[in-house]
Amino acid sequence: MAEKYIARSAAIAARMIGGEMMVMSTADSTFFTLNEVASAIWQAADGRTPLSEIVADKICEEFDVDQEQARRGADRFVDELSQHGILLVSDRPLMDSSLSPESR
Amino acid sequence: MTTSLTTAVNESVSVEIGGMAIGLRTHDHSFRRQIEKRYAGFVGTSQSSQVEFDIDLYEPSQPAPDDDGLEVKIEAGEWVLKRGDFRARWNPDARQGHIRQSSTPYAIDCVLRIVHSLILARQGGFLVHAASAIRGGKAFLFSGVSGAGKTTISRLAPPDATLLTDEISYVRREGNWYMACGTPFAGELARVGENQSAPLSALFLLEKGLQNRIEPMSPGEAVQRLLRNILFFAHDPDLVELVFQSACEFASLVPIRRLIFVPDQRVWDIIG
Repeated sequence: MAEKYIARSAAIAARMIGGEMMVMSTADSTFFTLNEVASAIWQAADGRTPLSEIVADKICEEFDVDQEQARRGADRFVDELSQHGILLVSDRPLMDSSLSPESR
Repeated sequence: MTTSLTTAVNESVSVEIGGMAIGLRTHDHSFRRQIEKRYAGFVGTSQSSQVEFDIDLYEPSQPAPDDDGLEVKIEAGEWVLKRGDFRARWNPDARQGHIRQSSTPYAIDCVLRIVHSLILARQGGFLVHAASAIRGGKAFLFSGVSGAGKTTISRLAPPDATLLTDEISYVRREGNWYMACGTPFAGELARVGENQSAPLSALFLLEKGLQNRIEPMSPGEAVQRLLRNILFFAHDPDLVELVFQSACEFASLVPIRRLIFVPDQRVWDIIG
């Protein structure tokens, strides 16, 4: 499977309240509440760490999930958020000005 | 010279909502009286308005449109507000603005809502589709989309409750708490709210049901539903972020609950 690199877009607002991560696109106001697994992917989306590594280190290990199942879930999550411009996806490391300050 | 200055002062009506005065200056005496009548209870004497608008009128050729055709954007440091029945510009730094509108009160109502929402956004507050009332020194908000029960809950309010609005509530941030303030923006009750304010105790999201009960909500659902009901006109990314952060901050400081209610007066027994 081709490698993916993911990064949080600069065009978002995010906030953790009561253990729930909330993310909103400032471009189209789409709103997401992330569960624990999604939050872990979100927080690890620095543009430099491959998605496979995020899944292995942050999902499989922390949540005791099978690698294949975790990767499928992560791909769905990444696809959905990238459609709204909330996550940026590339086949090589991302390091440009469109990333959120936390991702750079 | 003295005469003209006196006339100019007299032509301006200061409408104070949430403690914020907006001056409306028109040379049309009958329109000025119309403004004074529509915003009775909110017409103040403040000499230092947050904004001073000059109003030019034209005769309406068609009924006021809804907010779907509304455009709010910033151009060269000035806010531009446009709808079928008005066009306005507002320079926040100069605290001056101009409105060209039809000679109906709907346009000025819309401009006031937009200007207040833009100013409040920078202060951590907002306007929200909600009825609100003060009872026992505490304010309560009842929010929901059209048909959720804002007017119903307002109609059912007991005599010891002071109705702030049945349609659009004004939420102002003060340090680590929020104040709910009365507004003249009326819904189906067609009754201007009381120009009073009180510390906000809770926000209830309304749902009609078979019994009266209050249920907790997850923070995510609370913020999402609050955001759906906040009046938000401009699609400026910085403002979207400000409103998002205000909603999150509000949800972390003020209890947000689901109020399932039967439309009779007993619902007020569980409020307060």
